[in-house]
Amino acid sequence: MLDLLDVRSGYGETQVLHGLSLAARPGRVLAVLGRNGAGKSTTLKTIMGLLPCRGGEIRLDGVPIAKRPFDVARDGIAYVPETRDIFPSLTVRENLELAARRFAAKGAGSWTLERVLELFPRLGERMDNGGTQLSGGEQQMLAIARALLMNPRLLILDEPTEGLAPIIVKLIHDKLQELKRAGLTMVVVEQNFGFATSLADDVAVVSKGQVVWTGSASEIRADVEAQHRWLGV
Amino acid sequence: MTHDAGFWVLQALNALQLSMLLFLLSVGLTVIFGLMHFVNLAHGALYALGAYVAASVAGAWGGFWVGLIVAPIAVAAMGVVLYGGLIRRMRRSGPMAQVLVTFGLIFALLDLTRIIWGDVALASDVPALLEGQVRLLGVDYPAYRLFVIGLGLAVLAVLAFVLGRTQIGAMIRAGVDNDAMAACLGIDVERLFFVVFCVGCALAGLAGAVAAPLLSVTPDMGLQILIPVLIVIVIGGLGSLKGAIAGALIYGVVQTFGAVLAPQLSSVLIYALLALVLVTRPTGLFPAKG
Ligand SMILES: Nc1ncnc2c1ncn2[C@@H]1O[C@H](COP(=O)(O)OP(=O)(O)OP(=O)(O)O)[C@@H](O)[C@H]1O
Ligand SMILES: [Mg+2]
Repeated sequence: MLDLLDVRSGYGETQVLHGLSLAARPGRVLAVLGRNGAGKSTTLKTIMGLLPCRGGEIRLDGVPIAKRPFDVARDGIAYVPETRDIFPSLTVRENLELAARRFAAKGAGSWTLERVLELFPRLGERMDNGGTQLSGGEQQMLAIARALLMNPRLLILDEPTEGLAPIIVKLIHDKLQELKRAGLTMVVVEQNFGFATSLADDVAVVSKGQVVWTGSASEIRADVEAQHRWLGV
Repeated sequence: MTHDAGFWVLQALNALQLSMLLFLLSVGLTVIFGLMHFVNLAHGALYALGAYVAASVAGAWGGFWVGLIVAPIAVAAMGVVLYGGLIRRMRRSGPMAQVLVTFGLIFALLDLTRIIWGDVALASDVPALLEGQVRLLGVDYPAYRLFVIGLGLAVLAVLAFVLGRTQIGAMIRAGVDNDAMAACLGIDVERLFFVVFCVGCALAGLAGAVAAPLLSVTPDMGLQILIPVLIVIVIGGLGSLKGAIAGALIYGVVQTFGAVLAPQLSSVLIYALLALVLVTRPTGLFPAKG
C-alpha cells in the first residue's frame, strides 16, 4: 500500500534519512522501531509531506504520493503526531468536527462522530472542554479519534504511548487492536517494544536514517541478538 | 472641565471611535500574521487606497454609501493582485525579506495614489443622513462618529461569530494554532490564508472609507496609521480577535485621554505603555498562541 524507496530527507542542511526503504502492506500493521534520534519521526513527516522528500520515492498504491500535506491527507493518510497536536483554541468537539466534516462518512463501516465516541467514551464527557484541558491520555485519544474521522485508508501513529500511564497504554493498545481487526492498515512508530510487537504484524528497525532490520513481529521477539544490537532492549 | 460628566462622556466616545477605526485595520493584519506568520506592512497603504477610492466615488458618482461599498471591494481586488503577484511568492522567504518588500510596497502604493489622485488632500463629506449631532448621555455628539463606532462594533460581532462559531472560523483558529497539523487534516491552509488576506484587505478598505470624512485624505495617511496599528497588534497579542479589540481600545483610550489630560506627555504615553506590556507580557495581552 505504502512504499518508501531509498528515501532521503532532513531538516535544512542536515540530512537525517539516508536512503530509507520500507513497505506497509494493506490490512497489516507495521511497527517502526529504533533508538532515539534514529529518524522515525522524520520518516513519518516525510510521508506526510511536512518535510520534502529529497531523494528516492514514496509510493501510495503504486503511484508517487502527493507533495503537500493536505493532498496526502485527502488521499487517505491520517497522521497522529508524536506531540498529538491538539488545537488549543478549539474545543474537543471542534477538533473532531474539523476532521469529520471534510471527510464525511461515505458508507457503512465508515467513521462518524458517534462511532469514535463509542470507541473513546471518555471524549464524549469532555466535548466542550478546550483541547488543552485534557490529560495526556485524553489528548492521545482525541488525536486518534480525529484521525479516524478522516476515514483514512492508512493510519500512521508516532509513539502513541509516549508519556502515558500503563493503564492508558493498555487501553490504547486494545483500541488499536480493535482497529486492526477491522482491517485498518497502520504504521506505528514506537519505543515501547512490548506494545509494538504485540500489535504489529511486520517490523522495520531504523538506525541512523536507514532500515537495518525487517521481519515479522514474532521474528524480532525471538531474535534477542537483533533486539540487543538495534534497540538496546 | 474635568469635573464635568459631559467631558468624560465626550472623550470616552472619541476614544471609542478611534479604537474602532484602529480595530478595523488591526484585525486583518493580526489574523494574517497569526495564520501565516506573514508581515504585511503595506496594510496601511491599502487603508489609504480605500480612503481615496471612497472619496472619489463619493464625489463623482453615488455619494458616501456607494463609496463605502466600492472601497472594500476595490481594495480586496488590489489584495488579490498583490497576493498573486508578490505575496504568494514570498511565503517561504524569511520575515526580514517580507518586511523589506512590503515596506517597499508602501512607497509603491503611495506613489500610485499620487499619480492617480495628485499630491493634494482630498476632502470627503459626511453623508446627509449622518450630518448633525445626536444627544447621547447628556452630550451632543456627531452622528457620523457614532456611526463609525456602531460599524466597528458590528464588524466585531460578525467576526466574533464567524471565528468562534462557524466551521471556517474553526479552520482559521486551527491554522493559527498549528498550520502544519491543520494541513495534515486536509485543510488547504494556503487557500484559507488567501481568503483571510482578502477579507483583511477589504476591512482596510472599509476603514479607509469611514476615515475619509473624518480626516483629510492624503497619500501618506497609510504611513501615519501604520505605527498605531502595529502598537495595537503588539499590545493585544498576535493573531487573535480579542487581542485586536483589546489593543485598539487601550490605544484609543490612552491616546484620547492623554491628549486632553496630559498634552505634554501624550506622545510618549502610548510608547511607555507599549514598553510596559513588552516587559511584563512579551507576547501581548491575548496572543492566539498561549
Ligand atoms: N526540527 C529539527 N531540526 C533539525 N534537526 C532535527 C529536527 N528534528 C529532529 N532533528 C534531528 O533529526 C534526527 C532524527 O530525529 P527524529 O525526530 O526523526 O528521531 P526519532 O527516531 O523520532 O527519535 P525519538 O524516538 O526520540 O522520537 C535527530 O538527530 C534529531 O536531532
Ligand atoms: Mg520521534
